Amino acid sequence: MFEYGGLFLTSILVGIVARAFMLKIDYRQFPSFPHSYAIHLTLGMIAAALGALIVPALVAEEYIAVTFLTIGAQQFRDVRSMERDSLNRIEMTELVPRGEAYIEGIAKLFEARNYMALLTSLATSLIYYYSNTILAIIGGGIIGYILHWFMKGARVGDIAEIKIVELSFKGKNIGIDDVIMMNVGEDEAFKKWHHEGIGIKVIPKDENARATLAGLGQRQAILHDLSILMGIKLDKGLQQFTPLARLNIENGTLNIIFIPQEPDKVFIEEAVKRIPVLESSQRKPLSDKMGRKAAD
Amino acid sequence: MADNILAIITRKENHNKVAGGLPIFFAEDEQEMERISTLLARITLGMVHDLENGVKIIIKH
Repeated sequence: MFEYGGLFLTSILVGIVARAFMLKIDYRQFPSFPHSYAIHLTLGMIAAALGALIVPALVAEEYIAVTFLTIGAQQFRDVRSMERDSLNRIEMTELVPRGEAYIEGIAKLFEARNYMALLTSLATSLIYYYSNTILAIIGGGIIGYILHWFMKGARVGDIAEIKIVELSFKGKNIGIDDVIMMNVGEDEAFKKWHHEGIGIKVIPKDENARATLAGLGQRQAILHDLSILMGIKLDKGLQQFTPLARLNIENGTLNIIFIPQEPDKVFIEEAVKRIPVLESSQRKPLSDKMGRKAAD
Repeated sequence: MADNILAIITRKENHNKVAGGLPIFFAEDEQEMERISTLLARITLGMVHDLENGVKIIIKH
């Protein structure tokens, strides 16, 4: 084995395990198994190898080797555009699209995870260099976990209160309370909304949440996830059953109407709570002095 | 063609409420109006909206 073989192998392994740990199939069904898994594990391995190379390069006083990292960064930016392209292409085939903001969020996440694999393996190699294999594996694992933990964003349940409500019907209009959201001209569709439609009120907890929920990207993400989690009675050519999310502009409450396959109110409430708040939709007016004063 | 009106459906006695370059379908009674509008919506992959004055429109969203 070459001089830094042990260090290199340990760091790569910990880096790959950290990347694999972040890859899991959840309700988003993304990344898909098995091909996306192969792509991301391989890229994770490259990232881990880059991270593992830094310490041996510095020890050998080959400072120029650090420029390799820039190639790595370029490579991982391509991961982001790859994810963005592939999600954008299947967007047309989704009954309830993810929306640009959600796609951008997913693409960014996949880029960031490669950097996390790189940092994890760098940390492992540092610990290895100054102590031993066991400590390096444990320390690297802990650092990988901490990085992963830091990347967890807020969920809708953290910023808003969810209430399941009855729809209100006025003439041929459907809505929640005073907010008219849809005009349905077909008797059959109107009856279906009457019997099976469910209304959800997402009430923001503060001004930050109000501004965040007003984002169209965040609303589309909620609709997309909700339609996957609860199932939705919808098909092409049946726009009259499209789920809608509209604001009550008086108080910033987000009203959602949809026809679920599983009309289980408790789980619908839970499902909305668990939907992630998109990084790109987050607004924080309360972080500024003017925003705080205006909110008083 | 998004969000455009594709067709108008109304009853014969409402002919003074509709005009223009769009396809207009006149129905004998409410029942026929409902049927025509549903069929048109299915065929054009559009959606029926009710203007609540006896006029229905098909819109492609």
